[in-house]
Amino acid sequence: MRITCPHCGERDRREFYYRGAAVDLDRPAPDAGEEAWDNFVYLRENPAGVTRDLWYHESGCGAWVVVTRNTVTHEVLGSELASEARS
Amino acid sequence: MDKLSANTPCEGLLPLTVGSVNLTEEDPGAMTSIAPYKGRVKDLSAALKAAHGMTYPAANRATGKAGARAVWFGHAQAMLMGPAPDASLAEHAALVDQSDAWAVVRLEGDGVEDVLARLVPVDLRPAQFKRGHTVRSLLFHMSASITKVGEKTFQIMVFRSMAETLVHDLKTAMEGVAARG
Amino acid sequence: MRVDGRGLLDRSKSVPFLFDGVRYSGYEGDTLASALLANGIRLMGRSFKYHRPRGVLTAGSEEPNALVTVGQGASQEPNVRATMQEIYAGLDARSQNRWPSLNFDVLGMNDLAAPFFGAGFYYKTFMWPKSFWEKVYEPAIRRAAGLGALSGQDNVDKYERAYAFCDLLVIGAGPAGLIAALVAGRAGADVILADEGSRMGGRLLAETYEVDGKPGPVWADEVLAELGAMDNVRLMTRTTVAGAYDQGTYGALERVLHHEGRRPHGAPLETFWHIVAKRSVLAAGALERPVAFRDNDRPGIMNAGAVRAYLNRWGVSAGRNVTVFGNTDDIHRTARDLLEAGVHVAAVIDSRHDAPLSDDYPVLRGAQVCGSSGRKGLESITVRRPSGEEKIQTDCLAMTGGWNPSVHLTCHMNGRPTWQRDIAAFVPTPGAVPGMVVAGACNGAFSTAACLREGAAAAGEALGELGFTVPNLAPPQAEDAPNEIAPLWAVPGKGRAWLDFQNDVTVKDVIQAAVENFRSVEHMKRYTTQGMATDQGKNSNVAALAVLADATGRGIPETGTTTFRPPYSPVAIAAFGAGAEGMGFKPQRFTTSHKATVARGAPMIEAGLWYRPSYFPKAGETTWRQSCDREVRMVREAVGVADVSTLGKIDIQGPDAGEFLDFVYTNMFSTLKVGRTRYGLMLREDGHVMDDGTTARLDEHHYVMTTTTAGAGDVMKHLEFVTQGLRPDLDVAFTSVTEQWAQFAAAGPKSRELMNGLLEAPLTDEDWPFMACGPVKVLGVEGRLFRISFSGEHAYEIAVPARYGASLFDVLTERAEALGGGLYGMEALNVLRIEKGFITHAEIHGRTTAFDIGMGRMVSAKKDCIGKTMSERPGLEEDGREQLVGLKPIGESRELLAGAHLYKEEAEPVRVNDQGYITSVCYSPTLGSMLGLGFLADGPARYGEIVKMVDGLRGVTTLCEVVNPVFFDPEGGRVRG
Repeated sequence: MRITCPHCGERDRREFYYRGAAVDLDRPAPDAGEEAWDNFVYLRENPAGVTRDLWYHESGCGAWVVVTRNTVTHEVLGSELASEARS
Repeated sequence: MDKLSANTPCEGLLPLTVGSVNLTEEDPGAMTSIAPYKGRVKDLSAALKAAHGMTYPAANRATGKAGARAVWFGHAQAMLMGPAPDASLAEHAALVDQSDAWAVVRLEGDGVEDVLARLVPVDLRPAQFKRGHTVRSLLFHMSASITKVGEKTFQIMVFRSMAETLVHDLKTAMEGVAARG
Repeated sequence: MRVDGRGLLDRSKSVPFLFDGVRYSGYEGDTLASALLANGIRLMGRSFKYHRPRGVLTAGSEEPNALVTVGQGASQEPNVRATMQEIYAGLDARSQNRWPSLNFDVLGMNDLAAPFFGAGFYYKTFMWPKSFWEKVYEPAIRRAAGLGALSGQDNVDKYERAYAFCDLLVIGAGPAGLIAALVAGRAGADVILADEGSRMGGRLLAETYEVDGKPGPVWADEVLAELGAMDNVRLMTRTTVAGAYDQGTYGALERVLHHEGRRPHGAPLETFWHIVAKRSVLAAGALERPVAFRDNDRPGIMNAGAVRAYLNRWGVSAGRNVTVFGNTDDIHRTARDLLEAGVHVAAVIDSRHDAPLSDDYPVLRGAQVCGSSGRKGLESITVRRPSGEEKIQTDCLAMTGGWNPSVHLTCHMNGRPTWQRDIAAFVPTPGAVPGMVVAGACNGAFSTAACLREGAAAAGEALGELGFTVPNLAPPQAEDAPNEIAPLWAVPGKGRAWLDFQNDVTVKDVIQAAVENFRSVEHMKRYTTQGMATDQGKNSNVAALAVLADATGRGIPETGTTTFRPPYSPVAIAAFGAGAEGMGFKPQRFTTSHKATVARGAPMIEAGLWYRPSYFPKAGETTWRQSCDREVRMVREAVGVADVSTLGKIDIQGPDAGEFLDFVYTNMFSTLKVGRTRYGLMLREDGHVMDDGTTARLDEHHYVMTTTTAGAGDVMKHLEFVTQGLRPDLDVAFTSVTEQWAQFAAAGPKSRELMNGLLEAPLTDEDWPFMACGPVKVLGVEGRLFRISFSGEHAYEIAVPARYGASLFDVLTERAEALGGGLYGMEALNVLRIEKGFITHAEIHGRTTAFDIGMGRMVSAKKDCIGKTMSERPGLEEDGREQLVGLKPIGESRELLAGAHLYKEEAEPVRVNDQGYITSVCYSPTLGSMLGLGFLADGPARYGEIVKMVDGLRGVTTLCEVVNPVFFDPEGGRVRG
C-alpha cells in the first residue's frame, strides 16, 4: 500500500502509523455533553466504501495526514495535512 | 581536575570499505534544529541567507554547500549543519542544539544506490534523486535523513544511539551488493 | 535420453551432480529434471499421501511431483522443484518422502490401502478417542504423509530484501513480455522485465516457432541484447513476481545463488524485491493441464508441452517410443517435433472425432487413453475407441488437456477471472489489478503472433497513460494458428484418475465431495485438499472445477473458481523476513555508558529498543539480589549513579509553549517559575493516564519535558497530533533531544558532594532547592542540572552533550566509588521507587485514572486538558474503584508476587470476590521486608486492614497489611535535606 504525504509525496505504507478515523480531529467543547464526547471518543463508522482516516508519517516528516480511501477497492483517493483538514 | 573527553557516535566502527563503496563517519560541525514560528519562514529564510548564505530549504531539499548546509528535516523543521547558528535566527524559529544527537555518515562510490535500495523504500537513483535532494524515510527499521551531497555520495543520519545498527545494516547491504560483482 | 542436434545447451560444458548419492552428468543450462531425464531417470519422487512412484510432469515452476531436497546440514533445502533447480558441479539432490529408498519405499503399502483413504478419511477416522489425536494419530500421519523435511538447524544462508521502482514492470519474458519490454524500452520508459526462468524467452525456447523468419530463441536473444544495452531497462532473470499488491506494489523473489555451488561472503541466496511500478504488463503465459484418466500418474506420463520443452530446449527426449494424447492441435505439433528429432511416435490419440490425420504417424481419432501400466514407470497405455480397447506399448505419454492462462496475479486483489468458452479456460477480467494490462497467453491469446500483437499493444496502452510517445513497432511475423479445443477433463472409467498429483486427489474424491454436499468450490477444495499443496492447484484447479461442475449438474462458470492468493509460487519465510532474523528484528539503542557498563559485567535488559543494566555484580556476589540490595543501601547511605539518558526528552519552545503544556498535562505549567521543574501527568482523551514525567522551565518560552523510556515515542506522536490536529492555532515547536543529552542520576546523601566536585560553583539549598533546574558547567562543558529524585533521596540529574557521556560516566563512577557509592542498575532503581511508592507503567498500565493512582487533585479545575472531560465520568471516580495502595506481607508466607490478586481475608479466592491486584513487588533491604504496590477497591480507606493475596498460577497465598504506598520517609525529609 502506498500513501501520498502532502510533504514527501507517495511513500510506502511502512513509513506511516495508523491512528483511525479522522473523527479524532473534531474535539468537542468540554461542556458539549455526554453524547458528543461519547461519539468523539468511542463511536466509529465502519464503512464499506469511502473513509477518512488519520495516518502519521512517523518514519518520514512527522506530519499527521488525513487520507481518504476506499475500504472496498483499496483506492487512495486523496490526502491532506491534518493541520489544514481541520480548519 | 578531570576534563571530559569527547567521542563521536561511530567511534571504533568506521571507516569501512566493501567493494566499490566507502562508508565513513562525517564530522558535521554544529547541528541545530530550526523550527520556524508561525508565519516566519520568509523572515527566517532571509536571516539564514544573511547569516549563513543559504535559504530555508523547501520540502525534500537541502540548501547551502559542504560545511554550511540547511537540510529539510521534517514537516516543520530544518537542520542547520556546519556553522553555529547566528543569534538572529532565534527571533524567527526555535533553535535546538542537535550537534550530538545524530550519527552522521557518508556513503559513496559506484553502486551506492544499489546499497541503499536494500534498505530505503524510496527511489534514490540518479534520475529521481539528485544532488541537493533529501528525504526523511526509513533505513531498514530506523528513521533516517538521507541527503544526496555528491554525484555518488549520500549523507545519512540516524539517532546517535543507533550508530551500531546503522553500520551493521549498511555493511550487510554493502556486502550483498559487492558479492554480486 | 539426449538427442543429437537438438536443444539450446552448450554440450562442450559437462556438469557432474549427485542424485540420491549417485553421480550423473549433464550440461550447463540443464535443470535437474532435464538432466535426470537425459540420464534415463524417470522416477523422481513419491507422492504425498500414497507414496506412489512419480516422475516429472512439467518443465516449469508448477511442477507437482519432482520435488527434491538440495544440500546437507543447515543449508539443506526441502521441496525444491527439479524443474527449476539448475545443475552445477557439486549439486547434491535427494528424493523425498520415501524410506528406505526411492525404489523401495515401505510406506508404498499405503497405496494398497487406498480404498480406505479417500477424501475426508482423516476427518472421519481419527475422531475417537479424542485424546488419541495429539498422541497417536497426528504423529503417525505426519510421519507417513509429507514432503521434504527441514534440517532442524538454524538457517545459515543470507537472504536479502530490496526495493525497486519503475514506470513499467513486465512480468514474464516470453514473446508477449519481450515485445512489451522492447516497446517500452525504445520509448525511453524506466522498465523492469522479470522472468522466473534462468533464461528469458518463455515458450520460444521450448517450441520450434519462427519469429520474423528466425528461430524463436534467436529472435529472443536479439531482443534481449537490445534491451540489455539500454540504461533504462533492467532484466531480472530467475525472478518470480509472486504477488500483486495495492497501488502498484509487487513482490518478487529473485533466486540469486541457487544455481551455483559457491556462496561468496555476504552474498544473498535469495533477494525479495518490493517493486513499485506505475504500470505493469502481465505476460505470465499459460500452464498446460493434464487429463485425468486411470493411473495417469505413472512416471513417463507428462504434459505434452513439457515433452516439447525437454526436446527443443534441453535436447532430451522423455522416451524412446512415445505416445501422444489430447484434445488440441498441440499433440500433432508434439508428434512432429519428436519425429523430426528422430524419436519414434507410436500413436497419437486425439479425442476429437474430426482430428487431422497424418502420413507420418498413426492418429487414433475420437479415442481416449483410459489406463496405464508399468512398474515404477510407464510400459503401456490402454486406449478406448468406439470399436473397443487396445493396449499400446510406450515408455512416454505426452498428454494435453489444453492450457490455462496464468491469471493468478490478476486475482491477488480480489479479482475474479472470466470463463471463456471457446478456449475452455478462465481469462483475467480486465482492470482486476489497477494499472496492470494483461497480454498474450495469460490473456487467452495462445498463438505466437497474438502474443506479439498483444504484448506490443499492452505496452502501448500503459505508456500512453504515462504520457510517453509510443514508438511504432510493426509486430514481427509469427505463427497464428487458431486454438481448436474440445474440452476434455477426465476420461470416464474405474480406478483412480489423478487430478491433483501433489496432494493425491482423484476424480472420485471430488465426486465424493459433491455427494457429501461440499458443492461449493471452496468446500470441495478443503474437503479433498485439492489445490492446497505447494503448487496451489496450478495443475489441477480447473479440471477439478470441471469435475465438480459435472457432478453437481452445473456449468463451470456457475460453479465458480477458487481464490488465487500470493505468492504465485513458494517463497521461503526467510526471504520474506530477510535481514530481520535474530537481532535484525529491530534496531538496538545503546547509551553512551553502554561499553563501560558491559565491561563491568552488568547483565543488560531491553527497555523498548534501549539496553539498560540490570545490576552491577561485585566480586563475591552470587545472586542478583545480593547486588541489588547492596546498590539500594548504597543509594540510601552514600550515593549511586545511574544512566537515565533513555528517558524521553522533548524540547518545547514558542510563545504558546506554556498554554500547550497546560493542554496536554493535567496540571499547570504556564505558572511554573523559570528554573523550576514540575511533575506532570498526561491523560489519554478517554480519561486514563497515558504517561508521566517531569518538565523543566528553562526560560520564559522554553521548556524541556521528560517522558518514560517506554512512552517516549508515543508521547512525541501524541504531541504532534495535538499541535497539528487539535490546536494548530498554537505557536509552539518541539524537538526530541533524547539523543542530544547524556543524562545521569546521582542519588543519595552524598550526591551534592559528588556534584560539587564537577561544577564550577558549589550547590546550595538556597540556589538549588528541590525541583530546581538550570544550566551549569560540568568540568568545563555546558550542561544542565535538575534537582529531581526518583528514589526519595537528595538527588540530581546531570546532563551533558552526548559526546561527553562516556567520559562523564567514567568520572562519576570513579568519584562515587571514592565516596563509598557507585553504580546502580534497574533492579535497584525499581526497589528505590517502590519504597517511595512512585509509579511506573506497571501502575499506569492503560486502565488506571489519576483518581486511581491518588493523583485526582492533579487534574486542574482551572483549565481544559486532554482527557479531562472523560476523566470526570461518574464511573471513573466512584466509590469501589481499585486504587493504589501499599502492601506488606504478614504471617507465615512473606512472599508477594506481581500479578497476584487480592481478596478479603476470609473470602474464597474466586472472581466475584476479587478486590484488586498487585502491580509491583520488591524486597526492600531498607525496610527488611517484601513490599508491594497494587490496586485495591477503596484502598486508601483501608489502611491497616488485612487482605489475602492469592497467586493462582504459582499457588502462593500471603496475608498482607494494606498501607500507605509511600513506605519509606513519607514526610519527604530526605529529598529536601
